[in-house]
Amino acid sequence: MPKDVAIIGVGQSYFVRGYQGSIRELAFDAYSEAMKDAGIGPEDVGASMICTAPEYDKQRSPSGLIAEYLGLNPQPTFAIETVCSASTSGLKVAYSMIKSGLHDIVVVLGFQKMSEITSADSQERMGRGADIMWESPFGTMMPAYYALHARAHFNTYGSSEKDLALIRVKAAKYGQLNERAVFRKGVEFDQVINADAIASPLKKFDCCANADGSSCMILASADKAKEICKKPVWVMGVGSASAPMTMTGRDSLAGLNAAKEAAKTAYEMAGVSPQDIDVAEVHDCFTIAELMAYENLGFAEPGKGNELIQNGETYLGGKIPVNVDGGLLSKGHPIGATGGSQVRTIVLQLRDEAGDIQVPGAEIGLVHNIGGVGIYGNVVILGR
Amino acid sequence: MGFEKFGVVSFTAQTRASDFIDYLEKGEIRGTKCNLCGRVFFPPRADCSWCMSKDVEWIEIKGQGTLISFTKVNYAPTGFEGDVPYILALVDFDGIKVFGRLSKDLPEDSVKVGMALKVTPLALPEDKLTYEFLPA
Repeated sequence: MPKDVAIIGVGQSYFVRGYQGSIRELAFDAYSEAMKDAGIGPEDVGASMICTAPEYDKQRSPSGLIAEYLGLNPQPTFAIETVCSASTSGLKVAYSMIKSGLHDIVVVLGFQKMSEITSADSQERMGRGADIMWESPFGTMMPAYYALHARAHFNTYGSSEKDLALIRVKAAKYGQLNERAVFRKGVEFDQVINADAIASPLKKFDCCANADGSSCMILASADKAKEICKKPVWVMGVGSASAPMTMTGRDSLAGLNAAKEAAKTAYEMAGVSPQDIDVAEVHDCFTIAELMAYENLGFAEPGKGNELIQNGETYLGGKIPVNVDGGLLSKGHPIGATGGSQVRTIVLQLRDEAGDIQVPGAEIGLVHNIGGVGIYGNVVILGR
Repeated sequence: MGFEKFGVVSFTAQTRASDFIDYLEKGEIRGTKCNLCGRVFFPPRADCSWCMSKDVEWIEIKGQGTLISFTKVNYAPTGFEGDVPYILALVDFDGIKVFGRLSKDLPEDSVKVGMALKVTPLALPEDKLTYEFLPA
């Protein structure tokens, strides 16, 4: 397996409803934890990637501000934006910079403070993460787009709202164990099924919550990693892809092509297959997104993803545990920070430091992080 | 100018495809077709990225389409509060897909994937324009 670039430190803030601080302080929460985890100082860092989605706070060009506050001048810094998958896009750029020999250590910092604006304004921003000429004027928003995919999946494969509810029940079970999650209550099947529709067939509990949060990953070259890190976690495969932003441009709504393409690249690069994955974090911004991920990642054949959740195979102890940290559905989804949080969970799993949710002996883990409604797909495979 | 008239809230004023609005005012929903390769575009494009060409003509989207998927939206983003609930839909007209809303007169329980729909212009308040889907 490739052992050229490693993750040597991870950090994550608590994901909360209304962070009592500014974006710079929010960024510092994850950064300071990751730097202590790696055991390095700002002078060791070659560059920083700042990952965030625009228009949630007022700061223009946040990379300049954040790099200064984190003590990362005069090293190069710039922003990476693929909305909800920004931080794994940052990971890919950091990987490339290290593999090319440009830098030895790169910081990938993701943050979002969504509580600066109202929920309706937030939906308006997300609605403009689609084609603003031809779709946003109809009043689009994220739940509606994923709802269109859910209905298409139901109709194509015979999956149902019950399958989606099972996914939420699983997320809530593990969310209760995650002290950094925004939503920590148990959720019963009937509660999910009987909740108010947001955008049919998706109901309240099918949707993740907005949150404020930050995440940080520190990547290093093989030489540096071996020198300073006791438990490096290796980046075995990085796949990323794009798909049409418009619904009209897509061949099918019953899956996300960007995820499929990204997975194919990542598996090939890592030299592994879906059966080799011991634990996975998938982008469950909505329950339907997790169901599609099972199929797009090859954990199940197309149309058979619901059997995995019906049989409990994505729980701890199942064939392929998925989102045993509660997922976005429990943790909340601070856009630019989400991918880094998913990577952190897998890194802790591969270091045997995941506590109550540890998958015994996990050696290979996978992260699936999606930007917008499947516009951008990133799949990262990590190994110990 | 002209395209700011499209939809409940428009986010784009200028486009080289703004003839779409003129056709909509005449009661026609039109896409474009590349005069070199013959590809048909909806939403209409001013340019063909396969041929690196700007030579496109306007063609009418008419007849009967098939409903691919739909969702009834109960919570609106800022700017659309007065509209909820509304049903967003994706409709296939013989391989040309059109995204929009279903007519307000259609109750959700009468809407089924696969049903036949047609697309027709709709006047909105304040001299704005859009199109909507109706049963064919």
